[in-house]
Amino acid sequence: MKQFLAFVRKEFAHVIRDRKTLLILFGMPVVQILIFGFALTNEVKNTSILIVDHAKDVASQQLITKIEASQYFEVQRSILSPHEINKAFQEGVVKVAVVFPVGFNESLKHENSASVQLLADASDPNTATTLTNYLGAIVEDFQSANNELNGTPYNISTETRMLYNPQLQGAHNFVPGVMALVLMLVCVMMTAVSIVREKETGTMEILLVSPFKPLLVIVSKAVPYLLLSLINVISILLLSVFVLDLPVKGSIILLFAESILFIITCLTMGIFISVKTSSQQVAMLISLMGMLLPTILFSGFMFPIENMPVALQIFSNVVPAKWFYIIVKSIMIKGMGFGGIWKESLILCLITLFLLVVSLKSFKIRLS
Amino acid sequence: MQPIIVNSLNKTYGNGQVTAVKDVSFTVNENELFGLIGPDGAGKTSIFRILTTLLLADSGTAKVAGFDVVTGYREIRQRVGYMPGRFSLYPDLTIEENLAFFATIFDTSIEENYHLIRDIYIQIEPFKKRRAGKLSGGMKQKLALCCALIHKPEVLFLDEPTTGVDPVSRKEFWEMLGRLKSGGITILVSTPYMDEASLCDRIALMQSGSIMTIDTPEALTGSYPDPLFAISTEKASMPSILNALAQFEKTKSHYAFGEFAHASFTDKNLSADDIIGYLDSRGITNSRINLIKPTIEDRFIQLATQK
Repeated sequence: MKQFLAFVRKEFAHVIRDRKTLLILFGMPVVQILIFGFALTNEVKNTSILIVDHAKDVASQQLITKIEASQYFEVQRSILSPHEINKAFQEGVVKVAVVFPVGFNESLKHENSASVQLLADASDPNTATTLTNYLGAIVEDFQSANNELNGTPYNISTETRMLYNPQLQGAHNFVPGVMALVLMLVCVMMTAVSIVREKETGTMEILLVSPFKPLLVIVSKAVPYLLLSLINVISILLLSVFVLDLPVKGSIILLFAESILFIITCLTMGIFISVKTSSQQVAMLISLMGMLLPTILFSGFMFPIENMPVALQIFSNVVPAKWFYIIVKSIMIKGMGFGGIWKESLILCLITLFLLVVSLKSFKIRLS
Repeated sequence: MQPIIVNSLNKTYGNGQVTAVKDVSFTVNENELFGLIGPDGAGKTSIFRILTTLLLADSGTAKVAGFDVVTGYREIRQRVGYMPGRFSLYPDLTIEENLAFFATIFDTSIEENYHLIRDIYIQIEPFKKRRAGKLSGGMKQKLALCCALIHKPEVLFLDEPTTGVDPVSRKEFWEMLGRLKSGGITILVSTPYMDEASLCDRIALMQSGSIMTIDTPEALTGSYPDPLFAISTEKASMPSILNALAQFEKTKSHYAFGEFAHASFTDKNLSADDIIGYLDSRGITNSRINLIKPTIEDRFIQLATQK
């Protein structure tokens, strides 16, 4: 036990004295949360919109006021020629435009139907779709308000309710994703590299020729990173609650317990990599290419798994981050208890067990 | 009981492509300072790794401290101290932390065995708060030796402990080994420096994986088969002397040895004057020739070329 503690203390000294590692370790989660939270947002707010009002009548004014009132758009008007509309799009001043035809009010009142034209800059298709959807909703809203006034009998409207995330905040989606990503990076890469470093510098040689059990070398390597990763979990949660206004709906204790489970999964993966490689570069490359990429691609955090080819969908099942992502989303956003996530937890346990057994089987008590 | 018994070890790398150790056998007696002497690539490190249970030999057996290196590796690992050729401590830990760490790993403490390392540690103690990575080569080796000694090993393995160390530190280092040996520790040491060989009790001269001979340094130099001459001259250059010797029909061996040319001859009765006479006839005048006592290096060259 005394030996074990000495080893853990030594491991902490390595981390604390290596400024760069320390910076990566604690700076990365903060930076990622802030980048995903503020820079990489796909929400639409205060988009410049061009209003081309050929009608200039009551109805068009009403609709324009409605558009102005929404927080999504900032109106820039007073352009009439098609040429100028083109120019505005080309310069990128506006992303979307609404064109009212002459006699908009007339046709609405007398023919019971009128059209407006929506133009959107589809060079960014996602934004264009979002913007036209928003505008469509505003127009529909205007229409149903009008219908009520006029007493038209038939009026079918859809009412959509966004469950768990009524404001469609991006933070709900990426906080669990970033958590999975950061833990994966810290645990897998740091453990793998730190064990392989001992092989590379030759200290493993001395450690092997000592009464210290080789297995304990590995375990005592994992303990410091487990603790450091927990600090990361805490800092991510603090940021998401206080900076991004995203509360944890479910049990915090359960969330921590599941995080520890996932951290252990990642640590065993790091140990597995370190057992199989003998240079720091290779260990780092495998951690990055073999772990980070699948985490981003197959956790469902950036790309929906349901849309992938069946083979990739099946493959995604062996990516631990996918299960952790589901677990965190369930606890944080849906407020679910252990009853709702036991299956995912079990899968993580099995993956961990498998990696542990394979690493122990292939751990070498001698050099090469 | 002999602490190290090695019986016809063989080791190859890369599926038998490279032979590192070829039929090596030797024994080391208790309290003996035994040296493996040979150039880089002679197989010294491979033998060390096999004996410290880090590598498995292809064939042959070895016992260290009474235990077989394959089946008794756990026992051996508790009883030996090992200092690898490369500096293998933690560069980001201080001297004191490194030592304390290895003491704890071996289930002991610096205080408990301080008497063992005192002579060595006292020299680096003033810098004990300095990180190991910032030490000079000699200090690093002293620290590594302390770490290998802190648990009072029965057998100490030192793989090229003085490579990359300045001459003064090298001398000090060997003096320490002498003291450790008198303290009751059996030491197996390897070195590429022939001058250090004479400081061992017995040495094995190694060349490309096999041992050429094992004996005490005195016996090895004493059994040099021919009279050996050192030749120097102020006028002629070394290549011209060697060239002249090469063309002399009675020359057996000749090679540069520092500022001298060493040479032995097939005719044992050949005198220094005869050789001077020959060199004069070749236009190399004013040469000085002395009959010398062969060194380990001369013996090594003689054995290596004999093959």
